[in-house]
Amino acid sequence: MRPRQRARASRRTQKPVVLVGTRKGAFFLTGDAARRTWKLTGPHFLGHIVHHAVLDPRDGRTMLLAVRTGHLGPTVFGSQDWGRTWQEASQPPAFAPGGSLAVQHVFWLTPGHAEQPGVWFAGTSPQGLFRSDDAGKTWEGVRGFNTHPRRNTWAGGDGTPDGPTLHSILIDPRDPRHMYFGMSSGGVFETRDGGKDWRPLNQGILADFLPDKYPEFGQDPHCIAMHPLHPDRLYHQNHCGIYRLDRPGEKWERIGKNMPRAIGDIGFPIVLHPRDPDTLWVFPMDGSTVWPRTSPGGKPAVYRTRDGGRSWQRQARGLPQQQAWFTVKRQAFAADAGEPVGLYFGTTSGEVWTSADGGQRWARLAAHLPEIYSITTGVRG
Amino acid sequence: MHIPSPLYSYTGGATQVEASGSTLEEIVDTLEARFPGLRFRIVDEQGRIREHIRFFVDSDLAPQLACAVEPGQEVHILCALSGG
Repeated sequence: MRPRQRARASRRTQKPVVLVGTRKGAFFLTGDAARRTWKLTGPHFLGHIVHHAVLDPRDGRTMLLAVRTGHLGPTVFGSQDWGRTWQEASQPPAFAPGGSLAVQHVFWLTPGHAEQPGVWFAGTSPQGLFRSDDAGKTWEGVRGFNTHPRRNTWAGGDGTPDGPTLHSILIDPRDPRHMYFGMSSGGVFETRDGGKDWRPLNQGILADFLPDKYPEFGQDPHCIAMHPLHPDRLYHQNHCGIYRLDRPGEKWERIGKNMPRAIGDIGFPIVLHPRDPDTLWVFPMDGSTVWPRTSPGGKPAVYRTRDGGRSWQRQARGLPQQQAWFTVKRQAFAADAGEPVGLYFGTTSGEVWTSADGGQRWARLAAHLPEIYSITTGVRG
Repeated sequence: MHIPSPLYSYTGGATQVEASGSTLEEIVDTLEARFPGLRFRIVDEQGRIREHIRFFVDSDLAPQLACAVEPGQEVHILCALSGG
């Protein structure tokens, strides 16, 4: 078989997978190559809180789950065989003894740079950054942040409803030493030396809940994304709007001001097109008065921009048209790498919705699952 | 030691195990050596018993790992009730 034929055959046998982390376990959705039919399997770790379930795109095989239960402390489980067997980390993320900080839960998992196989990063609540060099078996704190002289000042003392978190760990594909993360609350932070030192990167980001509305740090980024092919382009969905930053610029632009006024630009997730840096999707929620955190007006809709946030289009075809009060958490919306792009979101009411055409039409993939905390995509060879 | 159901995956399903030590700390370390990973699920990295875990020595609540345990006493690890 010639290489081109082999590649075509490989694409035919590769199956898209969607990893679903929920408040009561993890589930997998496996599709056919055309993404027309899907099979739901699971639960894995029934009754356990799964904050994040992530497949390593570098090997297409290693899968990590950030797990705890209502009673038991946090840990990380890994599988190399699609969940048939699981191995618990022998040294889960934990702060250094002798202090006051203790990891309440592992909130976020990010596979490391493509040239650093086996490296993973984890973000925790309260805000801590951890690194594994052995595919999640053992974890060490990133001292450059966890013991940074300003860590406690940056992280603040707030207790957000589900606990303060460190999330959206982003690694520059051009340079593994260049990373970003977000803290809720705390803001956006950047390192250029592999995590030895960090600095706030929050110019232009509103913090309407603080006396100083545009502070150096203390903002609440809900979800940050870096474009994989254009890593100087960053977007983020904040507690106070949707923002874009083109590096080496320092000042974020609030592109959410271009959203319809009745919908606003509050939400949790933000998802980028894997190839087009000007196309992205958000899932707005009601952030008025007491912050209901529901779909605005009970009418859920995705909003898409194709011009970097200058204009937005509503995408609700196929979604419930009324009396649907779910929302989508920050880790629960993802794109695949297909053509056209497939989109997947999981709701607080336990449904998984998909669009195989970039959001133009939506269909429900699964229902009656527990509250969904995370949705990630991958390919099963 | 009486083991609660959330920890059966560590003890291989055993509901009761023998453990030695003069304090809860020593007993938990004994358990950890026998069932790796168990300690961190019930005690955090600063040595504090986790929020929804309770230790009883016989029928007395033992709020800290420093609490003494006499030979022959029964230790219960209990999972406090939590909703949802």
